[in-house]
Amino acid sequence: MDDSREFAPALPSHGSHAHDDHADHGSVQSYLIGFFLSVVLTAIPFGLIMSGALPSGTAIPVCVGFGVVQMVVHLVYFLHMNAASSRSWNMAALVFTVVIVAMVVGGSLWVMGHLDANMMPGMNPKEY
Amino acid sequence: MNIQARLLAEPSDAFISDDIDVHHDTGSMTLLGFWIYLMSDCVLFAALFAGFAVLRNNTAGGPDAHELFSLPYVAVETACLLVSSFTYGMAMLAVERGRQSAVLAWLGVTLLLGLGFMGMELNEFGNLIHDGAGPDRSGFLSAFFTLVGTHGLHVASGMVWMLVLIAHVLRSGLTDANKTRLACLSLFWHFLDIVWIGVFTVVYLMGVA
Repeated sequence: MDDSREFAPALPSHGSHAHDDHADHGSVQSYLIGFFLSVVLTAIPFGLIMSGALPSGTAIPVCVGFGVVQMVVHLVYFLHMNAASSRSWNMAALVFTVVIVAMVVGGSLWVMGHLDANMMPGMNPKEY
Repeated sequence: MNIQARLLAEPSDAFISDDIDVHHDTGSMTLLGFWIYLMSDCVLFAALFAGFAVLRNNTAGGPDAHELFSLPYVAVETACLLVSSFTYGMAMLAVERGRQSAVLAWLGVTLLLGLGFMGMELNEFGNLIHDGAGPDRSGFLSAFFTLVGTHGLHVASGMVWMLVLIAHVLRSGLTDANKTRLACLSLFWHFLDIVWIGVFTVVYLMGVA
């Protein structure tokens, strides 16, 4: 095992690395803040829909807005995403993925919405 | 022990060499690789979300979201997953502090909450199928079962993975390899919670709105 000791200085263990860079794993406070924000951001849209306070035309964009904000809260407080340089590749992959997801979901809705609108009368599934 | 023997003995420490920057130790390289996998999983879910969004009105004369879904039930499912994300976070803090018994306790709580979520989801699926609203009823229900079922399968695999890691920690303690594994599962578990935000927003809230 003598050889292995030579490696030791070059081997930062994951644990000690985490201590140097506290943002990596967050703290009890940051998890509590994230949890509290998530509870609020979940409870409001559920409350709005269950009480029927909003007409569905406004309720849908409001729900999507709360959902997107809560996803960002999870990314920041639970997954510890930030703009720090050590995480830039994670961030690059995330940004790329968000673009792809927006294209896949938005593009599908756009194309299929036009397709539905151009259906012959009586063939649109929404009319059944 | 030569390097090759070390590679075989400690697979997680395999790619460390002097020319790799200190901050890019194998743990963080593994985590980046796992993050890339999660992003590809995101694209998979994007396709399922797109399919659901397109088909959500195609009920073929069958029941729609309004008749099928109970928001209070979904709120409890959501609470299970959200609290489990928090408890997994507590497990990761305990990992950082090297408190093995706390890690195991928090993982146990997380596992129970995951079980609660899966039980509720399977119960919901069972009731829907029993009431004739199975995946074969309409395009809307096919898309619903595919999207929500794929998320459920991910949660189930995350729970199997958690059981395996509990066994690893019980056997060999909080080694560097186990810490990296726990960090990967942490990413996976939080990621599933983020996907669930999309599911309850798009499927349940927008369906009932």
